[in-house]
Amino acid sequence: MADRHPLFYPVIVLGGLVEGFGLAYSQMAKPEVVLGFLQLDDFGLLLVMVAAAVVIGAAIFAGVAFLGEAPLTGTPYRRRLTSMDRNVLVGGAIFGVGWGLSGICPGAGYASVGIGNYPILVAIAAMFLGAYAQGYWRARTADDAAGAPDAVE
Amino acid sequence: MSDVSALASPLGVFEPISRLVAASPVFPSVLGAFESTPFPDGVTHYAVGGTLVGLGVAIVYLATAITAGNSTFLETTLSYVSDLPRFNQAKYVASRDWRVVLALSTVAGAGLYTFLLGSAWTTDVGLWRLAIGGFLVGVGTRVGKGCTMGHGVCGLGSGSRVSVVNVAVFVGVATVTALAVAAAGVSP
Repeated sequence: MADRHPLFYPVIVLGGLVEGFGLAYSQMAKPEVVLGFLQLDDFGLLLVMVAAAVVIGAAIFAGVAFLGEAPLTGTPYRRRLTSMDRNVLVGGAIFGVGWGLSGICPGAGYASVGIGNYPILVAIAAMFLGAYAQGYWRARTADDAAGAPDAVE
Repeated sequence: MSDVSALASPLGVFEPISRLVAASPVFPSVLGAFESTPFPDGVTHYAVGGTLVGLGVAIVYLATAITAGNSTFLETTLSYVSDLPRFNQAKYVASRDWRVVLALSTVAGAGLYTFLLGSAWTTDVGLWRLAIGGFLVGVGTRVGKGCTMGHGVCGLGSGSRVSVVNVAVFVGVATVTALAVAAAGVSP
């Protein structure tokens, strides 16, 4: 933390503010809106994801193709790539059941707190519990003993 | 069922699901409601909001080269309170502080929207759905290496085939789950 660029945290704060504002503006912070999409009543959420993916996609393309290294970290720009394995499918399916049941995902959940939706704290607490259970379980399985690669995104 | 092809054509990823749904006698009303417009509440707030979400992630990315998803925060934050080696990997401990700052800033950004343009709002979705669903979200995003932001926005924006697969699975499964819950009479 001490060796961070002085602008590192201000940039994180700015990025988070814009992201949270956008999540609230898009109405994705409301579980009812997400559920409306998943029940095929309103496809707006697709626009949210596509718009966001196009913007970050343009940034990633520009970074990788033209910019070299990031100014605040000196880290080379990369695409967000993860390895393909069974977990991508299993995890996606488990996440899908949870998302379809609750209408909330992590980022939208944090934003939901900001729109005054205090019951969502139950979902966020449960997410921590789920992440803990997953980590606890994985720590007990052999294939993770060597520190199997996980995405940090 | 002419509405089925209209539904499926712009949304290839939903094609198998829409066929499945159309084949079931349980959901004709759902498809019927869809014939009017796919965007009954308009498109502007979705497009503007999504662009801002992408912009927020892009600001962090362009400054730091970090594609900042939102679900790794769950594990890295657990490292403050858990001794499990899994949560205390060097890369988690190294990123846990800024992930807390990012999450709190996301809350603040949404709060800013509410203060300026909206009004406080609470959900009617049952607490049991939030609790069980949230738990599965916590497990699933960590097993699957990403969430709506990690795979759905940053991964798709990267053209990652793994993310395409993951997103297709979670959107498909979530659609079936949400339709099944609604068909079972649970609302909201």
